[in-house]
Amino acid sequence: MIEVENLYKQFNGQSVLKGISTTFEKGKTSMIIGQSGSGKTVLLKCLLGLHIPEEGIISFDGRKHTELSIKDHRQLRQEIGMVFQGGALYDSLTVEENIMFPLKMFADQPFKQMKERVNFVLNRVNLDDVNKKFPAELSGGMQKRVAIARAIVMNPRYLFCDEPNSGLDPNTATVIDNLIQEITKEYDIITVINSHDMNSVMEIGEKIIFLKDGVKAWEGTNKEIFKTENEAIVNFVYSSNLFKKVREAYLNETK
Amino acid sequence: MNYFEHVGKYFLMLKQVFKKPQKWSVFREMLFREIEDLGLKSLGIVMFISFFVGGVVAIQTALSVDSPFIPKYLIGFATKRSVILEFAPTFMSVILAGKVGSYITSSIGTMRVTEQIDALEVMGINSLNYLVLPKIIAVLFFYPLLILLAMVLGIYGGYVAGSLTDLFFTEDYVYGIRLDFNPYYIKYALTKTLVFAFVIATIPAYHGYYVKGGSLEVGRSSTKAVVWTSVVIILLNYFLTQMLLG
Repeated sequence: MIEVENLYKQFNGQSVLKGISTTFEKGKTSMIIGQSGSGKTVLLKCLLGLHIPEEGIISFDGRKHTELSIKDHRQLRQEIGMVFQGGALYDSLTVEENIMFPLKMFADQPFKQMKERVNFVLNRVNLDDVNKKFPAELSGGMQKRVAIARAIVMNPRYLFCDEPNSGLDPNTATVIDNLIQEITKEYDIITVINSHDMNSVMEIGEKIIFLKDGVKAWEGTNKEIFKTENEAIVNFVYSSNLFKKVREAYLNETK
Repeated sequence: MNYFEHVGKYFLMLKQVFKKPQKWSVFREMLFREIEDLGLKSLGIVMFISFFVGGVVAIQTALSVDSPFIPKYLIGFATKRSVILEFAPTFMSVILAGKVGSYITSSIGTMRVTEQIDALEVMGINSLNYLVLPKIIAVLFFYPLLILLAMVLGIYGGYVAGSLTDLFFTEDYVYGIRLDFNPYYIKYALTKTLVFAFVIATIPAYHGYYVKGGSLEVGRSSTKAVVWTSVVIILLNYFLTQMLLG
């Protein structure tokens, strides 16, 4: 379990996170949602250790992020898989080299074994015959799948995704959502997704944290989001007519 | 941020760079890649420029030496001195600062703005060590070879210019080259080259690594990196000349 307690982060004197506390559980897809500038990415980067919070505790299965030695910190990071918004694939490396990269750095395996692992994860994200291609030769959806493959190649215990659906068409976005959820269940890992995409939230958000102006304004599941009367989240989620209608239909159905 | 903060941050960066590579096999792979990108791919431009500049130096010296009392072998002597002492180590370094420096800043800067450096950090990799150390080792190893080549080609360019223009006899030119040859000058030139090579690898890396924003900022940083690398090379050239030849 990842536990976040009373997290504060500021930049140039301006508070971005104001006392966030929450937990992320194993085998569940947790989502952080909120408007642009609400602090979602900063929270995610604090969880990843890319930003150091001014105050608060982040612990990964009891290991407190801020109290770890450099060596333990590196070890923890090897247990983390991350899917960046733009994929963050290394342009100069082929798909195979991109995915093999963490293995080369941290796993003392023969090349053949690493190659087998690469093929296995590529197969897992439904990609074939792309081993020798460069990221620039792939579509946006394929790049995201390669990024997911790279994130899971080391069998991570924690998977973080920053806007995994941004820039994708609805079909591909659903494929990516389902893939992330399947991987979460299959490997029983903790998955935290930062998203704007309400389809994803409704589809795979087993736990949803809504941030507003750096404060946790609401927390619940994708089922509870239909029933909540919390004004902040209702205004955010149901700002589109489509979702308003979906909510009405759901409430009528469950009456 | 003022200049002192940049200098401090630059040295803190170097502290992170000079750490033991996390995986030697990956480091070796990166090193060969950098030797190709930063060294071998600069061969053409170094050969081209040094050959023609050597020729121009010889022609200009020949045109300036019109007194019958000044021996013609001084053309070869002056060309040799100019090429070995200044043109090859300093002038070529400034040219390489433009070519290689902008490449280093833009490649690292692009990695920064596209979150590729964050991806390395998330994996637990010391990104500065992984990205910058192979570049430093590659240029420190390869640039002295490039500069030696520039010296040879510069002097040969002067020889070819003489034989094509009839401004001086090639025998005089060769005599001038062999006259009063001091091997210390080669040591001096290579010492300068090593210092400049370090500057060419690290200042652009600093500008690329700490870039913020998007592609426009990467472009601006590349320009800044080239300007600052050239300024530092010229200043160090002055101090090194004073120290080593003064």
